Amino acid sequence: MRLRALAHARAGDKGDISNIAVFAYRMEDYPLLERVLTAELVKDYFAGIVRGEVRRYALPQLGGLNFVMERALGGGVTRSLALDAHGKCLGLLLLDLDLPVR
Amino acid sequence: MKTVRLGCGAGFSGDRIEPAVEVAERGDVGYLVFECLAERTIAIAQQEKLRDPNGGYDPLLAERMEAVLGICRTRGIRVVTNMGAANPLAAARCVGAVAKRLGLRGLRVAAVTGDDVLAALHRREEPLDQTGEPVSALGDRLVSANAYLGAWPIVEALAGGADVVITGRTADPALFLAPLVHEFGWARDDWPRLGAGTAVGHLLECAGQVTGGYFADPGYKDVPGLARLGFPIGEVGEDGSAVITKAPDTGGQVTEATCKEQLLYEIHDPARYYQPDVIADFSGITVAEIGRDRVRISGACGHPRTGRLKVSVGYVDSYIGEGQISYAGPGALARGRLALAIVAERLALAGLATGELRCELIGVDSILGPLAPIDGAGPEPREVRARVIGRADSLAEARRIGNEVDSLYLNGPAGGGGVTKSARAVIGILSALVPDAVAEPAVHTIAC
Repeated sequence: MRLRALAHARAGDKGDISNIAVFAYRMEDYPLLERVLTAELVKDYFAGIVRGEVRRYALPQLGGLNFVMERALGGGVTRSLALDAHGKCLGLLLLDLDLPVR
Repeated sequence: MKTVRLGCGAGFSGDRIEPAVEVAERGDVGYLVFECLAERTIAIAQQEKLRDPNGGYDPLLAERMEAVLGICRTRGIRVVTNMGAANPLAAARCVGAVAKRLGLRGLRVAAVTGDDVLAALHRREEPLDQTGEPVSALGDRLVSANAYLGAWPIVEALAGGADVVITGRTADPALFLAPLVHEFGWARDDWPRLGAGTAVGHLLECAGQVTGGYFADPGYKDVPGLARLGFPIGEVGEDGSAVITKAPDTGGQVTEATCKEQLLYEIHDPARYYQPDVIADFSGITVAEIGRDRVRISGACGHPRTGRLKVSVGYVDSYIGEGQISYAGPGALARGRLALAIVAERLALAGLATGELRCELIGVDSILGPLAPIDGAGPEPREVRARVIGRADSLAEARRIGNEVDSLYLNGPAGGGGVTKSARAVIGILSALVPDAVAEPAVHTIAC
């Protein structure tokens, strides 16, 4: 199942760190997200784009997971050569992730 | 119960002008806050100030003030903004000149200075967060060093009767926290309320991003009226809880989803959002839609501040050159790839930009990078745009990159069109933490 079916997301930037906040559309889907959408899964998904560690913060009352991804913005917004130096596109790109559920 | 109404008039330096007018005219706000100072902007403004001692503030300051000052005067709305950039004093004089042109007499404009810690940092050994080396190691490449000031200098200016407060580098949420501290008399160690006020500021500071901007995804998240998106208003209570809404009769929407997305925008650990005045804690925040375009925010708190300020350090980093060219029709992908290979070979022959060079196809792999499908694995794109960008040691070398793309018109693959090219100096930004005594904030009021 694609993440996009269950959740919406927004990416933000600070230096070379990108964070993506993912929220379940329906609160009843949040426990599933919390179980399967791990930091490791997100790190593997962005392999080659995100070069550092990925940390996850859970906010159950908001139905949200915040992924903080280090070394994700080509050395930092101000000197990056990337077309999308801020990584604004990364949030929606994550929604293409196939969740490991039947 | 007393409620303070804060409006946001801009979320970045290039933001739309008229939504601030709508907030001022129809939002029934006491304060109108403009957040217009990105990380790098202040370094560029610093260079401008070196060229012109009366420059170095936001280029749209006069236009924005001309649009709202008259209404603000009539309705008693006070303005807070970081549009002072590298030169808040000159910015205050600019606002004074606008007031004079508009015939507004007796306007009190305050400038907050003291965020510029460049001179102090030359003598200090604090390490840069990114490199571990002392700031002084940047030597003559150092352009600017500005500490993120907190709310208190703005509070002082408001207490002194300022109608307009203009700062340089100030923590963005503090621009909103300050009017709350001033109105409610919150103490400097009232961590829960300072944290709650920071949450309100964080939600409002990006303007349209909490009212439906940076949100729409047709078929999944539809937003009405984005072409006339309304800017946000926070109705804040004495306990720091708030209702987020927007200017009436405007486009966009305020929902639980728009507020949740903005709440974590650019946040790392939600329980520890480091600010000059407080460590704000968003981990217990709840959101509840209590009416159309009305979302209640509660449960934010805070912890004692660290006593250190973040300093944004600007330095001369490098030069970047770029060129783009398009191909369409059958074989567009192959011709785009050939174009990239030709330019890379030409630059290598010239011994340029071989260290850091990106050759990519917009529409294929410029964003996706390693996530893009292998050529031939999916349907072939009917048009591609080749992009070559590289780092260079001089502006002249950076220009060579775009020129090599330009020369593909006559020397490259068939059917290449629409070349664009550019070259620019790059001001890089690093950060360091310094004891807060290094910055010496001061408030200067001018009557006009």
